[in-house]
Amino acid sequence: MYRQKYLFLTPGLIALVAIILFPLLFTIRVSFSGWDVYNPGLNWKGGQNFSRLLADSRYWAALGRLSVMAVGTVLIQYVLGFALALLVWRDVIARRFFRVLFLVPMMTTPVIMSVIWRTIFHESLGPLNPIIRGLGLPGVPWLSDPVWAFVAVMLVEIWQWTPFMFLLLLAGLLSLPSEPYLAARIDGAGPVRTFFSVTFPGLAAISVGAIVIRLIEASKILDTVYVMTSGGPGESTETASYYIYIRGLRDFQIGYSAALSIVYLVIMIVALTVIAKLLVRFLVRPAP
Amino acid sequence: MTHQPLDPEPRAPVSRTLKLALKYGFILFWSAFVVFPFLWALTTSFKDANGVTNGATWLPWLQYQPSTQGWASLFGGPGGTNIVRPYLNSIWVTLGASAVSITLGTLAAYGLSRFTFRFLFFRNADITFFFISQRIMPPIVLAIPFFLMLRALGLLDSLAGLILVYVALLMPIAVWVMVDFFNSIPRGLDEMAWMDGCDPVTTFFRVILPNAVPGLVVAGMFCVIFGWNDFFFAFTLTFTQTQLLPVSIVALNSSVTPWWALSASALVSIAPLVLLAFVVERFLSKGGLAGAVR
Repeated sequence: MYRQKYLFLTPGLIALVAIILFPLLFTIRVSFSGWDVYNPGLNWKGGQNFSRLLADSRYWAALGRLSVMAVGTVLIQYVLGFALALLVWRDVIARRFFRVLFLVPMMTTPVIMSVIWRTIFHESLGPLNPIIRGLGLPGVPWLSDPVWAFVAVMLVEIWQWTPFMFLLLLAGLLSLPSEPYLAARIDGAGPVRTFFSVTFPGLAAISVGAIVIRLIEASKILDTVYVMTSGGPGESTETASYYIYIRGLRDFQIGYSAALSIVYLVIMIVALTVIAKLLVRFLVRPAP
Repeated sequence: MTHQPLDPEPRAPVSRTLKLALKYGFILFWSAFVVFPFLWALTTSFKDANGVTNGATWLPWLQYQPSTQGWASLFGGPGGTNIVRPYLNSIWVTLGASAVSITLGTLAAYGLSRFTFRFLFFRNADITFFFISQRIMPPIVLAIPFFLMLRALGLLDSLAGLILVYVALLMPIAVWVMVDFFNSIPRGLDEMAWMDGCDPVTTFFRVILPNAVPGLVVAGMFCVIFGWNDFFFAFTLTFTQTQLLPVSIVALNSSVTPWWALSASALVSIAPLVLLAFVVERFLSKGGLAGAVR
């Protein structure tokens, strides 16, 4: 009767292998070819694409920009999400209303909200600059200045995904046992002390999980950039995914973009594994 | 669950008031930040070209003359795109892909949770990791092979092709949620059914599945969120026959954007999932998500 166990696993496994593994192997093969508009097809160019990639400063700049954007937004999301979760955890007016409200942005389609944000950041017709001027500050050239455009993309990412951190951390807070809090009270520990010796250690595992999941998702940033800035002004908001998109689906340098994607994928896997291991080592330790 | 206030001793009233002011100040500030784009889209959706070019205004009648042009364009009125077809397409693809992913994912998750597998040197943990790790894959890496694959199958620009691709996107989520969920259902339940003479398949459908409804709801929710909100594959794998919602709305985003049509269609497309926030909150406050999260 244990033969039946394969009935459970194999359909899903075969489907996933067929849909993902073959395309991935195909991409690896394509990355050794010179497939482009003039020579379509699987010819063999050896490692040419890879040596070209090593010297491609625009690619490495895009990867660096992506790291800053991903790590920056995820850390800010974590801090804000944690703060919000703590605020609506226990005694607060209209608790369930605020919980629903704080979850809403992660339910909305990123690319559609980016279109709305683009109108908000509009320099002369958008609503943001009038508010800033109302505070007595000069208007901001949101999408036409390299630095501000980068900030604008980050703001949208923070708006969209802080709710995800909030969701996981609030779920964690709600599952914490109440006995340690009683003990901390009896020991006369203040709120700060209680937070660092009871609450934070209790949420360390969830924190690591939430940060790693968000880093994985943030490392793919493409939609927001595509809609809001198209990588510009210049190349100031161009992420790795977006640069590969330009090379592959705009310039049709299929072979070269395959090489770019494979290197990107490997770097992401290595970096995320290292980050996850480090986070586990430094954050998840036995409670004192 | 009732909690005692954290402060061990009563504080001076001034610092307590200050703390409360800071707390509600931050809550209200964040609420305003969350609501801001929705309110802006709502008011913009009732403007016309004049209302938009007169600068940022919020109040209809007082600051601008409201118009229903944007909302009329949703159903084929001038100056926008008819989003009825894309809407239905999005519903079909999301529900179809979610249903397939959850079916295959739940079966696989149950297998991984209850039996030992070994393919060469891959064991259960490795297979589970293989499923979940697919989320790491950036869409751009697969875009071109997917394009060629669907072209070879004759599924480019079709609902079936998109469903096929979305299954790969969503199944990892279903497996991830369901493996944890099945692990939390005691094995004694299965063993009792086996002793009564049920084979594993009967046990699964008669005994385990009815107990797995909360897990299925959570998995379904995540599948619907990620399916409905995806843009990139819908964008690269379809042209004109099978547009999904996000693609048809982004198509409005050009140099001369009809902001009113854009805002109205944006609000209509995100509305169904915003309702999901209420469902998620119910699960959260009842503690139903804690198990799925760990």
